Amino acid sequence: MSITADTHTHETPGHGHEHHEEHHELGFWQKYVFSTDHKVIGIQYGITGLVFLFFGFLLMLVMRWQLANPGVPVPFVGPFFQTALKMFGSTIFASDANGNPGVLTPDGYNTFGAMHGTIMVFFGIVPIAFAAFGNFVVPLQIGAPDMTFPRINMASYWSFFISCVIMVASFFVPGGAAKSGWTSYPPLSGIADLSHSVFLNGQTLWVLGMVFNITASLLGSVNFLATIIQLRAPGMTWMRLPFFVWAQFITAFLLLLAFPVLEAAGFMQFTDRVFGTNFFMPTGLVVKQQLVQHWSGGGSPILWQHLFWFLAHPEVYVLILPGIGMVAEVVANNTRKPLYGYKAMVMAILVLAFLSFIVWAHHMYMTGMGAKVAAFFQTTTIIISVPSVILLTALMLSLWGASIRFTTPMLFATAFMPMFGIGGLTGIPLAFNAVDLYLHDTYYVIAHFHYVVAPGTIFAIFAGLYYWFPKATGRMMNGFLGHLHFWGSLIFINGVFFPMFLQGMHGVHRRWYDGGKTYEQLAGPLIHWNGFMSTAAFLLGAVQLIFIFNFVWSIFKGQKVGRNPWDATTLEWQAPSPPPHGNFDRPIAVYRGPYEYSVPGAPTDFTPQSQPTAATQAAAPTPEEPPHH
Amino acid sequence: MDEHPAPETPVHPQSPTVAHADDHKDHSHDAEHVSKHVKAYVFVGGVLLVCTGITVWLSYVDFGSQNRNIIIAMIVATFKAGLVAAIFMHLKEEKITIWRFLIFTAIFVFGLFMLTLLHHVDPIMGTTYSKHL
Amino acid sequence: MQIPYEVSARPDTGLYNAKLGIWLFLASEVMLFGGLFSSYIFLRIGADPGYWPHGLLNVPVGTFNTAVLIGSSVTVVLAWASLKMRRWNAYWGWMLATIICGTVFLAVKLTYEWPQKFEHFGVFIKQDAFPKYEPYLGNKHLEEEKREPRLEITGHIHQMDITRDGKLESILPKEKEEAVSPSEADGVLSEEGVKLVDYQVQLDAINADPSDKDNDRPHFRQRAVTEKIAKIDAADIASASAFFPRHSSYFSCYFLITGLHGLHVFAGVLVFTYFLLFGKKLYLRNPEHMANRVEIAGLFWHFVDLVWIFVFPIFYLL
Repeated sequence: MSITADTHTHETPGHGHEHHEEHHELGFWQKYVFSTDHKVIGIQYGITGLVFLFFGFLLMLVMRWQLANPGVPVPFVGPFFQTALKMFGSTIFASDANGNPGVLTPDGYNTFGAMHGTIMVFFGIVPIAFAAFGNFVVPLQIGAPDMTFPRINMASYWSFFISCVIMVASFFVPGGAAKSGWTSYPPLSGIADLSHSVFLNGQTLWVLGMVFNITASLLGSVNFLATIIQLRAPGMTWMRLPFFVWAQFITAFLLLLAFPVLEAAGFMQFTDRVFGTNFFMPTGLVVKQQLVQHWSGGGSPILWQHLFWFLAHPEVYVLILPGIGMVAEVVANNTRKPLYGYKAMVMAILVLAFLSFIVWAHHMYMTGMGAKVAAFFQTTTIIISVPSVILLTALMLSLWGASIRFTTPMLFATAFMPMFGIGGLTGIPLAFNAVDLYLHDTYYVIAHFHYVVAPGTIFAIFAGLYYWFPKATGRMMNGFLGHLHFWGSLIFINGVFFPMFLQGMHGVHRRWYDGGKTYEQLAGPLIHWNGFMSTAAFLLGAVQLIFIFNFVWSIFKGQKVGRNPWDATTLEWQAPSPPPHGNFDRPIAVYRGPYEYSVPGAPTDFTPQSQPTAATQAAAPTPEEPPHH
Repeated sequence: MDEHPAPETPVHPQSPTVAHADDHKDHSHDAEHVSKHVKAYVFVGGVLLVCTGITVWLSYVDFGSQNRNIIIAMIVATFKAGLVAAIFMHLKEEKITIWRFLIFTAIFVFGLFMLTLLHHVDPIMGTTYSKHL
Repeated sequence: MQIPYEVSARPDTGLYNAKLGIWLFLASEVMLFGGLFSSYIFLRIGADPGYWPHGLLNVPVGTFNTAVLIGSSVTVVLAWASLKMRRWNAYWGWMLATIICGTVFLAVKLTYEWPQKFEHFGVFIKQDAFPKYEPYLGNKHLEEEKREPRLEITGHIHQMDITRDGKLESILPKEKEEAVSPSEADGVLSEEGVKLVDYQVQLDAINADPSDKDNDRPHFRQRAVTEKIAKIDAADIASASAFFPRHSSYFSCYFLITGLHGLHVFAGVLVFTYFLLFGKKLYLRNPEHMANRVEIAGLFWHFVDLVWIFVFPIFYLL
């Protein structure tokens, strides 16, 4: 049976009209706040995510100040928050020996470290790269009127919102927010802060927040998968899907199957803390010369690591795949060429997704697991680098022989490739058990995964933001400011992260509170880089202000554009900018692959997917129906 | 995830007549299909109850070691679960898309079970770090 | 705006949206319970011999609950079949039966099984005090039989002796009660100035007669409390707790998994009740849509049943 038609109308004769009127009656709250429209939800996710991305970045800036100037009060911010947070019993900032207020305390440093990681990964990147772009772009790219389950989509956002509120609130409870690292390893996380209150303490709220966050991701991923499988426009076959849709499809699949395991682990940690269960607490646990766990009957901290990394390794691909998808879209559009090796790339992400579930224990080489186990995970980890390399190579080869348009999104997309390359290649030594024993928990690891996620995924996110901004608002972002933002970001972000490789290979540990001052004999020759990196971080922050200004200014004053300002082929550019409720103002069908750029003989250098082929054009009746909604 | 050919002609998202006819046919087909299955459902329910009894009985039998008892009980439980999934959940005649997802889910659950066990046992050297294995 | 394929199937996938959605959701549920079960296996295998209790749960009650849940699975599939054949009254009856089954399951769990656990009490003995308590533990006999050692003495608290501000005092069961409830005992011990001297435990059969061969493989039969009483000094106690979640990793797993499973049952009952009371309107407008809804809720319900099929043996029987 060829794909025929939506078969829904018979159930609700005349429903279309009623609905049309209903739609006009939507008030402000239903239209912009409790909306079920995928575009509004995407933008909600995007704004929340960007705010958290910046918040996580600010936490890091305070930490970088402490690393470069250990024990020196943090200017302005430190004294202010020391006073402001006093009434909440916060110990994040304290006065130094001379009574000067505003020094980041060791507890505060741990809190900021844990929350920086948590916020960046679960509240920044995933909501933006997966939920925001996925919600906004995917239904448009496959020619769907909305997500399959719009109300579940709304529930997903609000569950995420609750988790955001819980995470922010956790800064204001006695003892402050979680401080056991973003990985929350027990037994530290099992006993942290319990002296204050069983419920209202940083770590318990962290677990609660994560449970809501995971629920949001699960609701989202069910929706994405169902949407991509069920709501593709007529003619949109699997191999005609834009690569970004494929990337989101696989990402949703990873989230769907990996996140529940962390949810289970989250429940366990929650009951460990609140009801005193013994999942992760071993018998005879001694803390500060005090026996805290007399008896547990099997409890094991290693179990948490297994469950956590079972999620968190696929999570790495959750972070990077949407980024690669966005870069692929931008690259194809700005090279005016089909993507090189589209099929190979699709196969590569399928393999990547599969393998990502059986590599997790390479995060756990230091737990004393047997050499055979380590060998298994070492092997799978090395194998998984193959599809990653295929993806990167295909993207790079797409540049070959193209007359590239260096628009702002393209700048970010091109920079993504070497940055992601550095991040990926420096990961290979870490995959080897023997090398990892030395490099584990050093700044080398920090540099490695930040290169993947910060100049990698975040650059891809910027590319995506500049690229789809006109679709969401009907206006372009300013190109000059965009270029300024790009070059500043590229230079300073390397200033932040590259020296970390040097420090890490020298053995500088990632959790030192004073930047290595205590261990000067070891870290001495490289300790001066701390100042350099911190300066670069502050300048990087300054450059982001340009972006924020550009973003807000362009919403109101940017240059107005039509449907297809980039001359792109994919379906989202066939809808009005911004698209109305229901997305397309004319029936949409697909006749060709996603990247028909510079087709010989075609009248323009791009042929939209919805453009009938010569054979079908003759037979096709022109759409007579009035625009739908 | 079946491939399907491009439409010969672009089709309007609404063509109620065709759709209605399709649905009607589906429905009458379904109803017949369902009424045939009702007896099977009751029968399977009975089998499940009997199996529950068998599981309880088996747990009182000493097969020599706890591990053997576990394996036998798990075989019965898997059989029961298989019945529920295949008959009650219609997985027997379910679409390929769903099967694909479930197969991957099964593989990953299996991986989670087995790979975490590597902490307790070294299958290559045959050594175990647990006194239960 | 209307989402396509809400009721009828998309031709190339053969699925309507909700059917695909519920299966995707169930896949994630498989991983959720998979994570919990794999933790159970990990902890159980990792526990040293004797650390993992056996046969503490009430098998007849568990079997009854299993039967109830299986019965409800049959009734819900019959409810769906009735809707498919457009028999509203039959549907209503089967649906009501399902809801009753679900409620009975929850009621048994919450009003009988869990509270019964909270009454029972276990004391883990310190390693160096084993010889002293050999008459209750029977480890020599178990060693001969090549069984796991017994580290715990279980039963009801017959009496507990404490010192309150240095003065010796005995806590006895109140009138009409057979034992001191463990939470009451915890309450006394958490008061300031109170120190435990000893517990006097009314022993389970398994500890009352530890070298009886019948008690080698612990099963719930041997958990009946006898008249025999053992006195356990505070100095010899490694850990003491009622069968609360904190008692051991075993009960941690038991309460978390059955609790989470119970929440699923509760959610299912809520959804079914909604269908029962408010389903008629949709049925009259579009019976197929209603049948679809019951089908996907039924799929969820079967999955809950399926989880229980594994929970029952691993906690009650093995």
